[in-house]
Amino acid sequence: MADEKTIREALGKKGAYGADLDLDRYEEGTREPEQVDDIESSDYKKYMEHVGVVADEMNRAGTLMFIDNGMSHCSTKRQEGLEMMSLSKALEKHDGLKDYMWKAMDPTKDKYTAKSYLENSDGYFIRVKSGYHIKNPVQTCMLLNKDKSIQNVHNIIIVEDGATLEMITGCSTAHHANDSLHIGVSEIFVGDNANLTFSMIHSWGKQTGVRPRTNCVVGKNSNYVNNYVIMNPVGSLQSFPVATLGENSSATYNTVCVAFEGSDIDTGGMVNLNGKGSKAEIMSRSISMGGRMCARGRLVGNVPGVKAHLECRSIILKDGGSTLAVPELEAHVADVEMTHEAAVGKIARDQIEYLMSRGLDEDQAVSMIVRGFLSGSISGLPQELQEELDKAIAQANLGD
Amino acid sequence: MSEMLKIVDLHARAGEREILKGVNLTVNEGETCVLFGPNGSGKSTLMATIMGYSTIEVTSGQILYKGVDITRMTVDERAKMGIGMMMQRPPNIFGVKLGDLIRATSENGDEILKDAGSFKMDSFLDREVNVGFSGGEIKRSELLQLTAQKPELILLDEPESGVDLEIIDLIGNKTRDLLNYGKNEVGRHVSSLVITHTGQILNYIEADTAYIMRSGRIVSQGKPMEFLKDIRENGYGEE
Repeated sequence: MADEKTIREALGKKGAYGADLDLDRYEEGTREPEQVDDIESSDYKKYMEHVGVVADEMNRAGTLMFIDNGMSHCSTKRQEGLEMMSLSKALEKHDGLKDYMWKAMDPTKDKYTAKSYLENSDGYFIRVKSGYHIKNPVQTCMLLNKDKSIQNVHNIIIVEDGATLEMITGCSTAHHANDSLHIGVSEIFVGDNANLTFSMIHSWGKQTGVRPRTNCVVGKNSNYVNNYVIMNPVGSLQSFPVATLGENSSATYNTVCVAFEGSDIDTGGMVNLNGKGSKAEIMSRSISMGGRMCARGRLVGNVPGVKAHLECRSIILKDGGSTLAVPELEAHVADVEMTHEAAVGKIARDQIEYLMSRGLDEDQAVSMIVRGFLSGSISGLPQELQEELDKAIAQANLGD
Repeated sequence: MSEMLKIVDLHARAGEREILKGVNLTVNEGETCVLFGPNGSGKSTLMATIMGYSTIEVTSGQILYKGVDITRMTVDERAKMGIGMMMQRPPNIFGVKLGDLIRATSENGDEILKDAGSFKMDSFLDREVNVGFSGGEIKRSELLQLTAQKPELILLDEPESGVDLEIIDLIGNKTRDLLNYGKNEVGRHVSSLVITHTGQILNYIEADTAYIMRSGRIVSQGKPMEFLKDIRENGYGEE
């Protein structure tokens, strides 16, 4: 890993994509937030329910909540094989954990990772021990509660060999903390013969800056699914998670975004197909409702026999918005099967009129197509997420 | 018999090209009319114009439905008045499930869906509308949708084209059921205009009147089976 001087220099390094945010504009968020014993009766419930986090914790294996830069709630159903706690506590408990720190993420990647490293930011630690299948999802919530501040968190997720975990992570901003910045470094390790579904639902403020940095290292014969949904206005959001796959493993990225007026969203993902027989699929559905939307995808075939597909579809529903699809395929050997499809534009008139010929008026027809475009075109979403997505689509003001 | 559809000196174009060049045609209540004509004569354009698709621009003339001038009405206004169409090549509607569309466009959608098996469409209700459907599946899907919609004037653009022989019976019988909806001792209520190239569909439906279209005009009117025999023997002749 780079020395501290190099990492300090990286504080001036812009992100590869997205607007460059001035970190000095923001104060630090507190590391000692209010402790919330019962989310259901707390004031924070309203922020969490928008982002798939169930306040009564029914059908959840555990719940972990961060307010600004400190943990405010952690509860588990004493699920055998599952460990959940703050990263700082986990580092005290597990000597070996330091070997995972900054192993999947280069702290010099950009100013955001460098800041997280240099401030030794806390975050959550979730581990599923070898061979355990956690039946219900684990939910985490990151709440930005202080205006003009930075939420700076570093998370480690470890799904050991033969283990299975589903995670729903919801991130939100309190109404009074609109002009703030979220930096979330997540390092994810999926062992051999293991499965992780990592679903992230965001609902920020109209001015909020968001810079998640998520890297995942996947072993052999494993599956990693990364779902990302944002259906509310945001200031500037840029995210480009990276997965690196071992032999016969697969990665699936599903992204559903709506960019409202004033929002600048630059999102997507990258998969390094490093293992023989590895597979990847990146699917993106996005809509511009007057905001700037950029959907990226990059697949890198490094060994023979890998298969991967990338699909970015984007619709502009309101004038003044823009949409950019950037699908990239990179191969370093001959024997790879990598494809992409990208489409941007408005909803085809013939589709609208086809539904109108069945008796729907134009607004109903557009709405049906938009809802279908966002929710129905991506198959294999976990039922929990599909329900949340449908709810978010119903609540989003998409012109009907 | 009252006039269900009356088209008067209809001129229409797609882009810069005039395709309909003065069409006159009448479909009476309960009447099944067949539209014959060589490729490119304007048959499908005529149907799209009756349905109101915006790819076609009416430059002059009138379309009257139940005596009301619908020439400038939107597609959904026409559908709500009782016009329904089976397209030959309908667009893919990504993300919209066939079952959801039927529920949204029919008062008794759930009942219709229970009967989807008789259309061999029960396993398609969770599929995206038209996406990856074969020729026969598209026809069955269109027939199922029209059955749910219950139009009083039905426009069928080549209901038998692209259909395997083993499924033609099903398509033919379902088309007949659709056209006979509400039929009683007084007679048929539903009117229809049917484009056919092969004439196979005429083995299943009782067609009353045939029109031949050529170069954007109706050039003759007569008995369907006689016209079909003549077309099979002599073709449409030179333009």
